[in-house]
Amino acid sequence: MERRELTFVERFYLVEVFKGLWLTGRHFFLNLSKHVKTQLGLHTLEKGAVTFQYPEERRPFSPRYRSRHRLTQREDGSPRCVACMMCETACPARCIYIVAGEHPDPNVEKYPIRFDIDLGVCIFCGFCVEACPEDAIRMDTGIVEIAAYSRKEMIYHIEDLLQ
Amino acid sequence: MLATLVIELTKVLVVLIGVLNLAAILTWMERKQSAVMQDRIGANRASIFGFRLFGLFQVLADGLKMFTKEDFVPETAHRFIHTMAPFLAAFFALIGFAVIPFGNVVTLFGREINLQIIDLNVGVLFIFAAMSLGIYGVVLAGWSSNNNYAFLGGMRGSSQMFSYEITIGAAILGVLMIFESMSLQDIVRGQGQLLWGFLPKWGFVVQPIGCILFLVAGIAETKRVPFDLPEGESEIIGYFVEYSSMKFGLFMLTDFVETVLIAALVTTLFFGGWQVPYLYQNGFSFPGGMTVEISQFWVALFQVLSYGIKVFFFCWLLLLIRWTLPRFRYDQLMRLGWQMIFPLSILNLLVTGAVILLLQ
Repeated sequence: MERRELTFVERFYLVEVFKGLWLTGRHFFLNLSKHVKTQLGLHTLEKGAVTFQYPEERRPFSPRYRSRHRLTQREDGSPRCVACMMCETACPARCIYIVAGEHPDPNVEKYPIRFDIDLGVCIFCGFCVEACPEDAIRMDTGIVEIAAYSRKEMIYHIEDLLQ
Repeated sequence: MLATLVIELTKVLVVLIGVLNLAAILTWMERKQSAVMQDRIGANRASIFGFRLFGLFQVLADGLKMFTKEDFVPETAHRFIHTMAPFLAAFFALIGFAVIPFGNVVTLFGREINLQIIDLNVGVLFIFAAMSLGIYGVVLAGWSSNNNYAFLGGMRGSSQMFSYEITIGAAILGVLMIFESMSLQDIVRGQGQLLWGFLPKWGFVVQPIGCILFLVAGIAETKRVPFDLPEGESEIIGYFVEYSSMKFGLFMLTDFVETVLIAALVTTLFFGGWQVPYLYQNGFSFPGGMTVEISQFWVALFQVLSYGIKVFFFCWLLLLIRWTLPRFRYDQLMRLGWQMIFPLSILNLLVTGAVILLLQ
């Protein structure tokens, strides 16, 4: 990298210090005035900080954001999934486990008896969503708080995913 | 006799409680101010019965946490000195406030009360002595911990403080020469005069270079960020690496007390102490010839308030500097101290002397 020789003023340092103080000081007073205005209820549009106060206030997600999976439902509430195993095959982390059963409706061949996703293993790549021919699995719940006290609790079953 | 005792004790308590509370509030201010400067919000979750009060309870929560932590002393450490060091550091930081005047002499119930704990005629020297002895806290903490990192931190701290102590002395000498006194109360009184009939003769006006040098050396003395090599909070962790619980808290508090001390000293020596421009014993008297008469009580109140506001402003400024500048490297620190600031302060001294001689 090419380094520029510092000028005398820059090497003198004091001027640069005052420039820096001016910058941070300006931020301080501008933000403080915005905070005060917000507290007084005058100026609600401009916030003095970029912070999202998380549990009360959530950062808006992009519509493409890949959050926790859900299984979509038919009109009668049964899963749209036909247990074709496409997602299980596509999954690079092998976190999906499906057991297929015969569907009572002759128009639908199969339905999943079990549909487990181990979220402790899932890498949230979204390949399962892309692979699905039936639009049965989506990652649009917006749920990101996936935490549990044990690995077993990290495995989500069909009844959790249908909600 | 008893009345004198009560008055003196009241003054001591007012100063002690004031300084300790200001130092505690500075911990909150540091968080909030840095947050506001960096477009954040800062600590605001500590609450009592749902009242958050802008995170002010964080100070209480911190104190409570410090007190309830395990007070650990390493097995190989020197037990007595290890315990002694934080107390020494805090004591010598606090004792300096004894000679700093926070107001003029006021008459209350027929008694003349000097708003200063003790009016030493060598007040400046006393503060120097206290600040120099403050090094003992750092060195002993580093040494007695029997830990190489703590030892290195202590050594760095002591060499840094020695280097900048000299500059502090040389920077103040100019002020002493101009006001011809070592009593801080006299220096503040001297700053009540006017230059050319309108400009307050504050130390900053007559000694601008001395003021800046003193501020730089003072920040180095507090061991905070642009000069925080002995501590290096973010990585090396200096002399207090083996401290926990309230002993560590005391070191942290000492930093803030020293910040307040430097702010108070800058105010006293360079920004007129308790002086309000154009305010005299019986009211305002502006240079245009306009006068506003106000009673003794209000004059005293204005003066104490002015002192408080100035100290608070300089605390704010020191925090602003702390959150703006990056840290110096150790060789840069030493070069700045010995090759730039120290010669500059000597030069300032010579120029001041020459000017005083010419004006006589």
